Amino acid sequence: MSLLRAPSAFAADFKELALPFADGVVASLRAGDLVYLSGTLYTGRDQTHRRLCALLDQGKDLPVDLAGQLLYYVGPSPARPGRVIGAVGPTTSYRMDSYTPRLLDLGLLATMGKGARSLPVREAMQRHGAIYLAAFGGAGAFLSRCVLSVELVAFADAGPEAMFRFEVLNFPAVVINDVAGRDFYEQIGTGDTPS
Amino acid sequence: MKTVTAARITEAVRGLAIAAAHDLEPDILDALVAARDRETSPLARNVLELLMRNADIASRDEIPLCQDTGICTVFVTLGQEVHIAGDLGAAIQEGVRQGYEEGFLRKSVCDVMTRNNTGTNLPAVIHVELEPGERCRLRFLPKGCGSENMSGLKMLPPAAGIPGAVDYIVETVVNAGPNPCPPLVVGVGIGGNFEKAALMAKKVLLRPLGRPSEREDVARLEEQLLTRMNREGRGVLGLGGCNTVLAVHVDTFPTHIASLPVAVNIQCHSHRHKEVDL
Ligand code: SF4
Repeated sequence: MSLLRAPSAFAADFKELALPFADGVVASLRAGDLVYLSGTLYTGRDQTHRRLCALLDQGKDLPVDLAGQLLYYVGPSPARPGRVIGAVGPTTSYRMDSYTPRLLDLGLLATMGKGARSLPVREAMQRHGAIYLAAFGGAGAFLSRCVLSVELVAFADAGPEAMFRFEVLNFPAVVINDVAGRDFYEQIGTGDTPS
Repeated sequence: MKTVTAARITEAVRGLAIAAAHDLEPDILDALVAARDRETSPLARNVLELLMRNADIASRDEIPLCQDTGICTVFVTLGQEVHIAGDLGAAIQEGVRQGYEEGFLRKSVCDVMTRNNTGTNLPAVIHVELEPGERCRLRFLPKGCGSENMSGLKMLPPAAGIPGAVDYIVETVVNAGPNPCPPLVVGVGIGGNFEKAALMAKKVLLRPLGRPSEREDVARLEEQLLTRMNREGRGVLGLGGCNTVLAVHVDTFPTHIASLPVAVNIQCHSHRHKEVDL
C-alpha cells in the first residue's frame, strides 16, 4: 500500500478539507461531520503548550504564527530509519484546556485531540469562531500513513513533546465542537439509545 | 535449583517490550471483532474496523499500535527454587531501556518534580511475587496514560456495600467518557486495603479477556457491571454505540471489618501485554 496515498478509512461520507482552512470553511462545519484533512498542521502537547504560554508571558514571539492554523495534540513515537514518523494518534485534550484560550486569542482556528473540552475552552472557541476535532484515539499506526512529512519547529529537547509541522493527506477526524457551540460528544446517545 | 541469568532476563524484557507495542494478543483482537459484529452504530462500526486495520498495520509494519507506548509495569512471579544470577531489578530495567531505544518506542517517563523526560522510559514499575517451585514468569504491561489517568480508588464505608461499589465503578467508567479510548477493558479490585485493591485492579487486567471470575458471585458482578457500563456509556471512542467496554475483570480479597476499598483500573482498546516463562 502506498504511503503517499493514505487509504480511505471509512464507508461513511467525509468532507475533504485543505489545511490551513480556506475562508469560511470552519464556519461551515457542524458537530458530527467526518472530515479528511490534507495540508499543513502544527503539533504540540503538554510541554509545547507550557512553553508557548511562557513565551507569551515574557512578551516574546512564538516560533510560528498560529493564526488560522490547526494545532494537533500528539506526541509521536520515533520514526524508524526510512520512515516519515512513528505512531501519531491523538492525546487527551483536557490537559491542554488551561492553555488553549490564550492560543485561540492569537487566532488559532482549530485544535484536534481526543476527549471533551472544558467550558472556558468551548466559550473561547465560540468567541473566536474556532472548532475542535477528535482524531481517532489509539489508531496511531494507521494515522502514521496519513503523514507525508515532518519538520521540527521548536522545543527539540522536549523529545516527543516537541512542536512539529506535519504535511498530512486524508487524515481522518470528527468535528466535535462547531462554531455554533454544538458538542458532538453531548449529542451522542448512550448505549441504550443509539444515535 | 534452576538458574536464570540477568542477561537472559534483560533479553526477554527487551523482546516483550517491543512485541507488546506492535502486536495485540488474539483475545483482544477477537473481542474487537465481536464488538464490531454486535455494534449498532454505523460510525462506531467503522471505527472498530479502523482499529482492527490499525492492529494489522502495526504488526506488519512494526510500528507501535499507539504512539503512547506507556509506562511499564513488570509482574515477576518467581519460584523459590529459582536462583537469579545477577541483579533482577537492574536486568529488567535494562531490558526496558533496550526495548524502548531499539524498538523506536516513545519514551514517555519524566521526573515528577521537574517534568524532564528521563529519556529512557525508565524506571519501570516492578512487582515481584514469590511462589513455590521453579517458574520464573515475566508479565509485561505497558500502559498509556489516557486510560491510566481515568482510573480511580475509593475507600467506601462498608454500609455502601457492593451496590455502592457498583455505582462507583460504573461512574468512574462513564465519567471517563472518550478520554481513555473506549472500548475498554476494566480491571476492578474490591477489598484488601488501599494498595492491595489498586494492585488487584491492575493485575486482573491480565486475565484472559472475558474469562469470568472463578467465584460465582463475582462472575455475576462482572456481568452486571458490563451490562450497565455498555448501557450507560457513550460507546466506541465516545462516538456512540453499544461498545463502551469489552470486558470487566473483578478480583476480590478479604478486607477489614471497617473498610470497603474499591479500585478501578481503566485500560484502553489498545490492551497491550506480553508474558514469558524463563
Ligand atoms: S488511551 Fe490507550 S489507545 Fe488511547 S492514546 Fe492512550 S495508550 Fe493510546
